[in-house]
This record gives sequence, structure tokens and C-alpha cells, in this order.
Amino acid sequence: MREFAYLRPTVAEEAVALLAASPDARCLAGGTNLVDLMKLGVEQPRLLVDLGRLPLDRVAPLPDGGLRIGALVRNGDLAAHPAVRAAYPAVARAVLSGASGQLRNRATTAGNLLQRTRCLYFQDVTKPCNKREPGSGCPAREGVHRDLAVLGASDHCIATHPSDLAVALTALDATVELLGPDGPRSLSITDLYRLPEDRPDLENRLLPGELITAVALPPAGPEVRSDYRKARDRASFAFALASVAVCLTVREGRIADAKLAFGGLAPKPWRARAAEDLLLGALPEEANFAAAVEAELAAARPLRDNGHKVPLAHNLMVRVLVELTERGGHG
Amino acid sequence: MADLRRLEGREKVTGAARYAADVHPPDCVFAVPVPATVARGTVTAVHTAAALADPRVLAVLTHRTARRLHPVDDPALAVLQSPKVAHRGQYVALVVAETLRAAEQAAAEIRVDYRQEPHDVLLTEDHPRAYTPEEANGGHPAQRAHGDFAAVYAAAEVRLDAVYRIGPLHNHALEPHAATAWWQDGRLTVHDSSQGATLVQETLAALFGLERDRVLVVSEHVGGGFGAKGTPRPHVVLAALAAQEVGRPVQLSLPRAQLAAVVGHRAPSVQRVRLAADRAGGLLGLAHEVLSQTSTVREFVEQTAVPARVMYRSPAALTVHRVVAQDIPTPSWMRAPGECPGMFALESAMDELAQLCGLDPVELRLRNEPDREPDTERRFSSRHLAECLREGARRFGWADRDPSPGVRREGRLLVGTGVAASTYPALVAPSTAEVRAESDGTYRVLINATDIGTGARTALAVVAAEALEVPADRVRVDIGRSDLPRAPLAGGSCGTASWGWAVHKAATGLRAEPGLGTVRASTREEVKALDQSYARHAFGAQFAEVQVDVDTGEVRLRRLLGVFAAGRIVNPPTARSQLVGGMVMGASMALLEESTMDPAFGDHAERDLAAYHVAVNADVPRVDAYWIDEDDPHLNPPGAKGIGELGIVGTAAAVANAVHHATGIRVRRLPLSSRVLLQALESAHRQGRR
Repeated sequence: MREFAYLRPTVAEEAVALLAASPDARCLAGGTNLVDLMKLGVEQPRLLVDLGRLPLDRVAPLPDGGLRIGALVRNGDLAAHPAVRAAYPAVARAVLSGASGQLRNRATTAGNLLQRTRCLYFQDVTKPCNKREPGSGCPAREGVHRDLAVLGASDHCIATHPSDLAVALTALDATVELLGPDGPRSLSITDLYRLPEDRPDLENRLLPGELITAVALPPAGPEVRSDYRKARDRASFAFALASVAVCLTVREGRIADAKLAFGGLAPKPWRARAAEDLLLGALPEEANFAAAVEAELAAARPLRDNGHKVPLAHNLMVRVLVELTERGGHG
Repeated sequence: MADLRRLEGREKVTGAARYAADVHPPDCVFAVPVPATVARGTVTAVHTAAALADPRVLAVLTHRTARRLHPVDDPALAVLQSPKVAHRGQYVALVVAETLRAAEQAAAEIRVDYRQEPHDVLLTEDHPRAYTPEEANGGHPAQRAHGDFAAVYAAAEVRLDAVYRIGPLHNHALEPHAATAWWQDGRLTVHDSSQGATLVQETLAALFGLERDRVLVVSEHVGGGFGAKGTPRPHVVLAALAAQEVGRPVQLSLPRAQLAAVVGHRAPSVQRVRLAADRAGGLLGLAHEVLSQTSTVREFVEQTAVPARVMYRSPAALTVHRVVAQDIPTPSWMRAPGECPGMFALESAMDELAQLCGLDPVELRLRNEPDREPDTERRFSSRHLAECLREGARRFGWADRDPSPGVRREGRLLVGTGVAASTYPALVAPSTAEVRAESDGTYRVLINATDIGTGARTALAVVAAEALEVPADRVRVDIGRSDLPRAPLAGGSCGTASWGWAVHKAATGLRAEPGLGTVRASTREEVKALDQSYARHAFGAQFAEVQVDVDTGEVRLRRLLGVFAAGRIVNPPTARSQLVGGMVMGASMALLEESTMDPAFGDHAERDLAAYHVAVNADVPRVDAYWIDEDDPHLNPPGAKGIGELGIVGTAAAVANAVHHATGIRVRRLPLSSRVLLQALESAHRQGRR
């Protein structure tokens, strides 16, 4: 690990100023991913800006009936929060399916959204990786890629986004609140992330010096049914082979609203717009679910060793949709 | 003797126990090794200027600058002696610095030039350089045959011909390999995370050309080893070299990401099993042919076909090992080398045979119980496999089992049960030990045994207390130092038998003549005099219940039950922990552990515990271990067979057999991952068999 300077600002504007002044700086929140990457030599910041003293660790109701989650709310606290459990069970389930109890007690909401891929080549500085060193190549494409992307990948990068929380937030249409040198702004979570194309090193649309300060959830209507489910070989402490998040509203026997997202399949949480369009107005029946999900996954481009992700994601999504409509309640 | 709780338990849970990297002598500095980034070639230059520019960096050792070592049996220990790179990850330089961070940073700044050569790392079944070695690990003949297998097989009514595959597996002890070393007045002191300080002492003395008594090795607490710490590894040699170079104590703790390349691993294997039987399930012929992989540094051939020489009566049998030497990290011992991977194949095949014959798999095994060791015709000193199978079946509720595969559904889950047998040889090695009567009425046991988490200390206290006829709380056990009476390493599941024998002898001697105050005993003559006409093995039966999600292919273990016959169980609490631990590791191997040889780079791609999945608590909901009281007079005075490795053997097959019972799908490859199961379920579904 390279040595670094370490600062602990107490107000967000101060943190933003530090970050804006030092392109080599990194934000430290829970440290559950960044510190690992520093040990591996993947990240070598000159300055660590520890955000731990910023007052961003509250979960509070919004005037419109939604919920604002501070950037520094710990994953463990988020999953246990009564308002989250009551109105956004998919969020609680997503968070609880991630990492281990120890990690969840450290990891934060914004840190979770900005964690880096666990692609084995990205993590190994003795090997090329376009995300780490643009232009150096992507050995994963021919190499070990059974956990890597089948959707949204490019010739330059097939990494997957590792977050569970981001997938649930994507299906909830969450908004990410930012603070930068030019003041606050907000982005839809689906606009937060970029696809790799020919610049896999650029993963999100944060501007230099910008911080995530909070995540805002829209009101959870009483008819919305939501759930999150994750498939993995190990029963705990494993990234998703595939995961699904669903927010579904059925009104008068027809699907009035459907928001679907996949995790573990793509370089970002994958919002399944094609499937959603097909489901709008449809009868909530297994055949319709299957056809819609199949249409979405027609875009999948699996590689030699990750083709299993396509049927896996398909089955998971259809199963969650069937269960949500059959039992008629939240996850 | 009452059950004795782990003697060092309090030290461990309070953090008082000192492991190799917890030792910080004054002026201690830190070493960080630099691994090769090519799979085969020659180092042509090591650029050290950038690293040495940091004033905190004390030295950079390379093959040019490192002191010459004397050759020893394991060429992997000839660190920094040659510019040749035999595999990716082999060490090509070593940085020593005042702080760990400075050493890490400097190591990252070292650039190495190579003349790279094409490498060959993938084990293929028709590899042109595959050969039959002279012998496999443990001195077992590579090849054995009796009867005319080919003729018997050709004529048999029931035949099975199946190939089973296991990828590379890694030991990954919780405590990584680490050493702290210093020199003083021509003497070398090393705290090493090792399974045997005596062997480390002898090896370091040989490498550095020292009298043995000028080397002290301490391995007081060791956080697991599973075989990877059985022999000295490169880190301890590097620490000693570095300490000599800088004239200060040096600490070296290997990052987990480097372990797969330098500490040994279980080599991948391709195992073809052919069984010939009559319709009633009586075995007529058994062939177990194994292909595995070794490095160009050292030949290590796991004795994978050896358990097939022990298990079942068969008039004709053929057991063969073949190996190919490639540009890979050198494989080594991993918990139950041979028995563990071999029994996955053999016990899966027996399950397949049971199905072909329409027999219950427990019954099939009982029908093929031999009255003598099949390969040698020797009598068994004791063999209670049949009792283990029956007792296990009773405890597990096996009689209620519907044998049909793929028919038990609970919602979206398929549920099944499976059985497999386990075996491990009852080995013993000569040992010395000393027992002293102290003036306060307590006793001290002195022996260079090692407790790698097995409960060895505690078991030895029980053995000594029994022989002395005193309560165990009056016995203190000193182990884990090479200046204690010499003892074999903690390997081969023979610790309690070997060390316990010497402790028993010394303690018995002291009780007979208390006036001596101190008795030192050696079992060399007794071990040499052991009656070789007996075959000595422990046995067991493992039962597993699993569920398989039809939508995702996720396999989850529901319960695991083992019943073992392993001589006298010296101390039940620590023994149960050993057996349960072995079973958990076997379940982990069955369902989770997956290591991939990257063909382009020539290394194992999964380099941490987030990528190389070992079982966590949530994966092992219920694991029970029981044993049969076995009184075997042909072993040793404690009457013990080993249990450190027995628990892992057979577990993977029991789980795989349960997966077959649940799904109707036979997977002959580990791990039984979602990927493999889902593909098989989908294809079965398409064929309308589900």
C-alpha cells in the first residue's frame, strides 16, 4: 500500500473543496472496498478524505411521502430501519443479501453504490485491464469470466457492477443527490452509471469533486409490491450470479406499472425497459412474464463460460413476478 | 477421563495467543516478496533503483545478490538461487524495509525483465507428456494390479465406466504463512507458521549449512494448515535470508493473493473409474485410473487411486496414477491427499453402481465388505465400516428413503439424500517425549508436537493424565518448539497416535519410578517393531441431505451426518470439532471451491476468499459427527487412529450422491455449482425428463 495523506472534514462543502483540489484524492466511507483496492495496489490515492464526520447518516421522511437516505447510513442500519422495512422491503432484502454482517456494519449507502467491480483482472495489477489502465486490454474476455457480464458489455470491458442495493434502487426509480463545487444537483440512479463502451474507466457521471450526499426514494404507493432476490453459490458473503428487483402494481387484474432490474448481469444495474413495456397492461400470468423477460434478455451476449446467467436471470425474474402476483403482498 | 476443553482456548479467544507474525522483537523490520509475472522464462534484469531510493528500504535481494543456499530435497526452497522462472508467482526478489508499508511500496516499484518462454499449464486428458511416476505421495506404488481386470470387465453383467473431474483446490488456512526470523551469534531463531518445527529446523540448518542445534524454530500457535504448512515453505527461508542480510530481525507474512502460487495446493485430477459387478451388486473388477498435474520444480503425485486398494472386495483390480509436469505452482499436501479426491470418484461410482443394480447404496457397500485388505491380503487391525454404515443409516433416518431420483419436491426445491464411505490410514511415526514431575505436584509434558487447531495440546494432556493417573488440570503441555524433544510434524492424521505414544511411554515410566523426576522416552523401537502383517485404517460413513432450487440450480446443504470408527477417541470435544471441521471442508469442496488455471497467465485466478469460496456458517446448517467405540489392540498404547483427515473423505461424494438423488442428474465434476446444475436442469427440462 502506498502512503497517503488523510483528512477528516466535518462539513460536506469542505470535503468537496478538498476533492476538487486534488485529483489524486479518494473518498473514504466504510472503506470495505477502497481499502482492499489500496492493499492490492489498484487504488493509490495521495489523499484520503474520510467522510465519516459529515452529518449524512440519517434516514428521514420526505414531504412527498418518500424517504431520504443519507450517504453515510450504514448498510446494517439501512436494512434494519423500520421505514425501509415497511415501505421498501426490496431495499432491505437487497442490502441483507450483500456481504457479511461485519461488512454491512461498516459499508455505507453511497459507498455501496460506488463500489468497484470484483473482476479478477481488475483486481490484479500484474495483468492488463482497460478499466484500470485504459488501452491495456481485457484478458477477461478470453480468460476467467464466468461471473462477468452478458448485457451491456463492450469489447473493452465485461465487468459486472457488484452492488445489490443499486439494483433495488434502480427498480425503485431512486434519485441520487449530489454536491459538487458548483453546488447541489440530483440524478436518477439509472443516469448515475455509464456503460463501458470504449471508456470502461469512466463508470459514473459524477463530476470532479462531486459527492453523493443522499439517495431519495419516491413514495411507495400502497398497491406497489416489491421484492429482491439474489442467486449465488455460497449462502452468504458472495456476489450475485444474478439478482432481480421488482416493483409491480396490479390494478383491476392488469399490470398497471412494472419496474424491473437485474443485477450481476451487466456493468451497471440493468433496468429492464423492454420487459416493462411489454408487461404494461398485460395480464399478470406466467406466460406473459416469461415472454417479457425473454424479450429483455434477447440482448444478452454471453461468452464461453457465462451463458448460465441468461436462464438463471430469466428464471429468477419470472419466479419473483409469479410469487409477487400470487401472494399479492410485498417481499 | 472427563472431556477436556481446549487448553489454549482462552488464550485464543482473548487474543493472547501469539502466532508467528505476532512476535515483534526489537528492531524488527519487514520483508515483502516479489512474485514472477511470467509463467516460464528467465529473469534478465531486476530494476531495484526506485525501491532502493527510499531510505527506509534496507535491502533488495535477487538471485544475483542473495546468499547461496545448500540444496535440500524440495527445490522450491532454493529461493532466489537461480534466474529461472518455473511458474507464475515464484519469487524473483525480496524487499526488506523498516516498515511493512515501505516494503510493500518498494516491492510494487521493482520492475523485472524476463526472457519469456511459451508455457504449458492446462491439464488435458491426452497430454503427450503424461507419465507413470515411480511412486505416489506416501511411498505408495503408482500402479497396482491383481487379477485380469480387462477380461473380468469385458465379461461382466453390470459395468460402469465413468470419468470424474476435480479442479485445483487450495488449503487457505485462516492464518497465512508467516515467519519472524533473527540471527544472533551465528544462531538462527525463527517463529514460523508451520505444522512441524522439527522439520523446519532440520531444513533451515541444511539450507544454511548449520548444525541443527544452532537453529531454533517456534510454532507455538498455528492458525490452520491443512497440509500446506506440513513442509517448510519459501517464506521461512526468505525471512531467514533477509534477517541474515540486514542483521536485524525480519518478519514476513504472505499476502493471501500469493498463497496459491507458493504454499502448495491440491492438483486437479481426472479420474476414470470402471466397475464390473454381478447383478446382485457383487464387485468382480475395479479399475481406478488417475491423471493429475505437477510442476517442473518437483514431482508431487497425490495418491488418489490408493483408497481403491483398501475399500472393497474385488477379484480383479487395477489402480494407476499418471501425472504431467507443467509450468504451474507445485502441488502439495492438502487435507487427506489421495483419500479425499479419490473417494469422491470411487464413492460416486459406487452410488452409480447401486443404481445400475437396483440396490440401496448402503446395502451395496455392505455386500462388498472385504475380510482382508484387498490389495495386500493383510488382515485389518480393525475395520468397522459396516457398523458405521448401519449406525449412520439409523441416526440419519435412511430407512425412510425413497430410492427414486428426482421425485421429492417442496415448492421450487428438489430434495435428496446421499451416502458415501470414508477411509484414512492409521499411520504412526517415531517420536520422543519427556514428562517431568514438578515440586508443586504438577507434571510437565515436553514434546515438539504442533497444534494447528486440532486440539493436539489437549489430547496430549489427556494421554499424560491417564498414564500418570492424575487429573488433567495437573498436567502442563509444552509443545511447538524445536528445542523440545523431537517429534514428527502434524500431518497424516498421526499426531495423537505418534506423540501420544511417546507421551504415554514417558508418563508410564515416571509413574513406575517417581523417584526419577524426569523421564524421556522414544518410541523408535516400538514403531519399528509394529506388526506389519496388519493393515491399519480408520473408516466412516457420511450421509448428506441437500436441496436444489429448480429455478436457479443453487444447491444448499440441509444436513450432514458422519459416523466414524477411528480407534479410541482420546478427547471427545476436540475430536468432534476435528471431524465436523473435516466434514465442513468436504462440503465446501463439493459445493463451492472452484479455482481456475488462467491459461494465458498461468496462475490460479481466484486469489482471495471473496473469489475462492469456502463454506461460511450459512452453508453448513447442521453437521453431526458420531463414532463407534473401537478397541484396536494393534495400534499404539493410546489406541488412537487419526481423525484430522478422515472427516473430509467421502463428504463430497455423499453430497454429490444426494444431489443426484434430488435431481436425477449425475454430476461427475466438482464443485456442484449453480452454473453446472442449472445447465443440467434446463437440458433435462428440455428433454422432458423433469
